[in-house]
Amino acid sequence: MQLVLTEDQELLAKTAADFAAEHSPVARMRALRDAGDETGFSKPLWKEMAELGWVGVPFPERFGGAEMGASELAVVLEALGRSLAPEPFLSTVLLGGQALLRAGSEAQQKEWLEGVVAGEKWLALAQQERSSRFDLHRVATRAERDGDGWRLAGEKIAVLDGGAADAFVVVARTAGADDDRDGISLFLVPAGTPGLRVERQWRVDSRNAASLHLDGCAVGGDALLGEVGQGLPVLEAVADFATAGLCAEMLGSMTEAFERTLDYLKNRIQFGVPIGSFQGLKHRAAECFIEIELCRSAVMAAVRALDEDSEEAPKLVSLAKARCSDTAIRVANEAVQMHGGIGMTDEHEIGFFLKRARVAELTLGDASWHRARWARLSGY
Amino acid sequence: MSDLDAFRSETRRWLEANAPDGIRGLPSSIEGAGNWGGRRVVYDPPELKTWLEVMAEKGWTAPTWPTEYGGGGLSKAEAKVLSQEMAALRLPPALLGFGLEMIGPTLLQFGTEEQKREHLPKIVRGEIRWCQGYSEPDSGSDLASLQTRAVRDGDHFVLNGTKVWTSYGDVSDWMFALVRTNPDVKKQEGITFLLLDMETPGVSVQPIKLISGKSPFTETRFDDVRVPVANVIKGIDKGWTVAKALLGYERAMIADAFGGSRGGKKKSKGADRGSLLVRLARKYGFANGAGIEDGALRAEIAQLEMNERAFHLTTQRSRDAARAGHKPGPESSLFKVYATELNKDRSEMMVRLAGAQGIGWEGPGFDDDELTITRAWLRSRGNSIEGGTSEIQLNIIAKRVLGLPD
Repeated sequence: MQLVLTEDQELLAKTAADFAAEHSPVARMRALRDAGDETGFSKPLWKEMAELGWVGVPFPERFGGAEMGASELAVVLEALGRSLAPEPFLSTVLLGGQALLRAGSEAQQKEWLEGVVAGEKWLALAQQERSSRFDLHRVATRAERDGDGWRLAGEKIAVLDGGAADAFVVVARTAGADDDRDGISLFLVPAGTPGLRVERQWRVDSRNAASLHLDGCAVGGDALLGEVGQGLPVLEAVADFATAGLCAEMLGSMTEAFERTLDYLKNRIQFGVPIGSFQGLKHRAAECFIEIELCRSAVMAAVRALDEDSEEAPKLVSLAKARCSDTAIRVANEAVQMHGGIGMTDEHEIGFFLKRARVAELTLGDASWHRARWARLSGY
Repeated sequence: MSDLDAFRSETRRWLEANAPDGIRGLPSSIEGAGNWGGRRVVYDPPELKTWLEVMAEKGWTAPTWPTEYGGGGLSKAEAKVLSQEMAALRLPPALLGFGLEMIGPTLLQFGTEEQKREHLPKIVRGEIRWCQGYSEPDSGSDLASLQTRAVRDGDHFVLNGTKVWTSYGDVSDWMFALVRTNPDVKKQEGITFLLLDMETPGVSVQPIKLISGKSPFTETRFDDVRVPVANVIKGIDKGWTVAKALLGYERAMIADAFGGSRGGKKKSKGADRGSLLVRLARKYGFANGAGIEDGALRAEIAQLEMNERAFHLTTQRSRDAARAGHKPGPESSLFKVYATELNKDRSEMMVRLAGAQGIGWEGPGFDDDELTITRAWLRSRGNSIEGGTSEIQLNIIAKRVLGLPD
């Protein structure tokens, strides 16, 4: 594993950074929020990102994808993270799309992935429940046989971009108790299926999220993704891939928040001097710098381990998410504190970084969940 | 087969043929274990003498130094292969010390041809052991305020003053020292970097006993010590530049020793299961069966291990970038502060895990491992003080990396 960008990756990073600077200032995200936009992101901009090839990065060429890896996706996500771009990479590409790619039949993949790669269809993963916390195996939503098909019942929360998805990968239990590792199955449920109610939610980062209410929702036998009862390993692999991608986004956001704060420290004058000359702030800034650098190393290692199919990948993903969660919060808290009163205003953009940091922290496992997972994977 | 592969198998064969029996698995550390050479060296076991001789003959005690100064003339990649092959055969370094790690690289950077030819070969062969004369009783973090006076008298300087925290001053042969040659200018501009023989009349050395009970440091006094002007490095009053460069080498050495960047290489499967902290937790009753029962403790241990891993990945990232031809990135500025803080956290955790067995000073009821845990913890408190305190490291990051104003 080489922890350095290849020339191609550097080029991709630069293209993405230029694109984000030109088309996706933080003000765009503010405008979507202020408009109360139901979609929560820009479909035309998503189409452009698809045309640039970013949406298709981790998908096979036969669906129009670039057949590249997490390492390439990470440099794009980092650049977009800097501008807090709310486009649905996590939901459509990393969660829903990956579940389809890893468990779907050729027919299911063909039906959906070409549209996904083209930037014309959106997917979401409906996994989390009110009492599951971040544990992937705790599934109370049930799927029961109904003739050739299935009938789903239960409630899902925190379905990312659920308010815009054309189809959901729904995690439901086909056997066993609520916290059994076996008996978990995946179903592909198109939006608008009778018995499925999607409720758009409004969270602090103003991105699209939804809760799903499945009330005897009937789907055909062809809705099953993969093998009956064998969904957990797929889910775990998908979650690792998506978590690494989320970490890359967090890395971009925290770096941007930190750099904006450094600018403020250099330019804000109090007591006749720039406040960045005070040692009380310098040391805290230097500590943030150290933590961000360690995050960068962990994220680079995690995505490369995934691309190399290393057996260490799950541990390195947990390392990255634990570090990024802690550091994103620390940096965002310091950013608001060091900006002082102006940092508390809605008018200033730094608060958006605090809000997104909190949501990202509490998505796909927080720091303590990933520390516990590291310990478990290490045999203690 | 690539050239590097050929070098690897050649090196392996040579090491197997030339390394004496009885040295495999011997410890070596920045804390003084291993062969540090010098006039007063005691070879224990005696095979270490042969080992030093055969390695020095090839220049492999200083593998990357140029051959004209006795070095091995190897590329960085070849030197890495050499160290990997030595590790694979569990061979200790043939020679350690501040000659190789600090003054040698500094001489290569700033020394005259004559100075390099005089001193470097003796370092390579382990004939001269070096110590560092930087800190003074009134000059710690504010190093540039140092007051040891050097007054010109013909082709000599006459030194008067006191140096403290001289590591191994009592067993060293030569010192590289910072002295004040001009008290009337800005403090950084009146400092000279010079080399002196510790046997010169007027040099006296007193050990300093630490809270750990050990005395790895000394206080060194100069009373009218005459040092040839020819021993000045880079020029009179030009010593601060040299001093800072050497501090860079020192920080790299400390970061390497305590952060163990060597640990960055791939561990074998299940290695974490046997990690030292987890083994201690099991030994002292925190674990039964599969895991550590106390969830808060488990999280703390995981946090420490994860911090360590993230640090190793960062040193790897720095090396990988250098190998790919990039300039050193800002990440290298964090190595010293992070590695030493990490070592303190780790040492503290080990004492806590050992519990009542981790606070023994000496005598019955404590085995050697336990006493080592206690003493190592006390010693580790100094890691974030020596070589520039953590606070100074953070100042340097704030100023040089982040560009925050004075």
